[in-house]
Amino acid sequence: MEVRKKTIDTTPLWRHVRKEWKLYSFLIIPVVYFLIFKYAPMVGNIIAFRKYRGGPDFLGTEWVGFKYFKMFMDDPTFWRAFRNNLVLSITYLLFRFPLTLIFALLLNEIRTIRMKKFVQTVSYLPHFISMVIVAGMVKEILSQTGPVNALLAHFGFDKIQFISLPHWFPAIYVSSGLWQGLGWGTILYLAAMTSINTELYEAARIDGASRFRLAWHVTIPGILPTIMTLLVLDIGGIMGSNFEKILLLYNPLTYETADVISTYVYRMGITGGNFSYATAVGLFEGIIGLILVTTANAISKKTTKTSLW
Amino acid sequence: MKASSSYRVFQVFNTIIMTIVVFVTLYPFLYLLAQSFSSEAAVYAGKISFYPIDFTSETYKTILGKPDFFRYYGNTIMYAVLGTLIAVGATAVMAYPLSKEKLRLNKFFVPFVLFTMYFGGGLIPNYILIAKSLSMKDTMWALLIPGAISAFNVILMKTFFASLPNEVEEAAKVDGLDVFGIFTRITLPLSKPILATMILFVIVGIWNDWFSASLYLQTKEKWPVALFLRQVIDSAISTTEIGANSENTNQIAATVKSTAMVLTSLPIICIYPFVQKYFVQGMMIGSVKG
Repeated sequence: MEVRKKTIDTTPLWRHVRKEWKLYSFLIIPVVYFLIFKYAPMVGNIIAFRKYRGGPDFLGTEWVGFKYFKMFMDDPTFWRAFRNNLVLSITYLLFRFPLTLIFALLLNEIRTIRMKKFVQTVSYLPHFISMVIVAGMVKEILSQTGPVNALLAHFGFDKIQFISLPHWFPAIYVSSGLWQGLGWGTILYLAAMTSINTELYEAARIDGASRFRLAWHVTIPGILPTIMTLLVLDIGGIMGSNFEKILLLYNPLTYETADVISTYVYRMGITGGNFSYATAVGLFEGIIGLILVTTANAISKKTTKTSLW
Repeated sequence: MKASSSYRVFQVFNTIIMTIVVFVTLYPFLYLLAQSFSSEAAVYAGKISFYPIDFTSETYKTILGKPDFFRYYGNTIMYAVLGTLIAVGATAVMAYPLSKEKLRLNKFFVPFVLFTMYFGGGLIPNYILIAKSLSMKDTMWALLIPGAISAFNVILMKTFFASLPNEVEEAAKVDGLDVFGIFTRITLPLSKPILATMILFVIVGIWNDWFSASLYLQTKEKWPVALFLRQVIDSAISTTEIGANSENTNQIAATVKSTAMVLTSLPIICIYPFVQKYFVQGMMIGSVKG
């Protein structure tokens, strides 16, 4: 380990900037980019409180206060989307989180390097496939003539029109998400596992620990910071949903269980042209997400001393 | 170490699980491939499971015979090349100074970047800004610029740069290179794993992007292949447009859909195994904090 001397820079700030101006100049274009494409849209949320009448003026024309917020609070479609959002994200999280961890632990137990590489390569692949293709696959495989219905028919069951039945949507959403994301989800766990000190394993083995105990007492504590970081991010993302996938998979028949806040915002705003109203809904979603991630981070910091910031 | 018998049981069990995972992951691809080479009648009768029935490459000839398909494909390739240059270049340029601990203003700039990971402007304000205020509607810039730098990629690259040995840069400095020279001639060549990772992520993102194209591109000639594919899958495109003579005139045949899906995902599936080792390495170094 290298001992780094912490020297406190006491030169005046302007002199520091002048001395390092070449490095700072790298930041000019990216910072302007962030101001325009990341921060300006945040400011653009002002149209949730103002009337937007179209045109280039993205700040709207006149103040209307909380009018649009009151509107969606009284809107049953919004509450349906809110409920669906929570149901879909939380169900998905409950499946994905433990399964990813278990899958990573199992991958880590494969002793043949070539087999491990092969399983990893295959399991990461769906992550790189377009959502359009994933949705297309889901539709083909669950179609009337697809293999799932062929299997059902083979065992004497009735065929099911999965794609147009609302009560099937959550299952389709969760399983297609697992298919696409489970392997990729393990990559950070596996990275964290490689950095665990092997002496810990040796020591535990001398103490007579079984493989299971090694995983339980060495591997899991070793990757706990990663587990917590990913959990915080997941909890922060509960209000988000796989917008593209839902947009590609749902249809008016399944809105009842499939319509979430982001798809509702899309229909209201982009398709329907109610820009201010849709912005108010989107802002509500964003703020809840921010509160969730901040809270989860604070809890994680207190209990496990791991935090995002 | 001698494997205990319970451990051997576990290994058998683990191998079975891995086999199932591999099968379940690959099956949808296999199914699409089988369907794309089957006759429409066989698909309609629900006969396809693992291999083509009544083998035919008719749908491939149909789609590849249409110049339109190549134009969409060509658009995507052009967007991928341009977009990668913009995105990877800008991300590296931003990440480099942020990786320097001695820069005092980074106390401000790092949170400035991080905040955008947790809160965004939302769909509508972004749309209005890009389409209306900046008049980027119906230009390819609407697909390439707004998503070019992501906070996540900046942090990944910053962590990588910070993990490079300081001594090399110091030596280069002594040899008379200035900051720009060090960055382009020392840091970037040492950063191949993270650059390869970033390039792959950006290419995949652009290759798969249909949503921003559907938001911003009105002229069909500018469409990327992913948006074309979406229209085919949704049968939002007429059968005459892709030259398919389907039995059911309103619906594009399943064989055509799966052929289009196979052709669109092919480049990614072909390149991916070769670049995989780079991004695994890149993600590992970028994520494990040094």
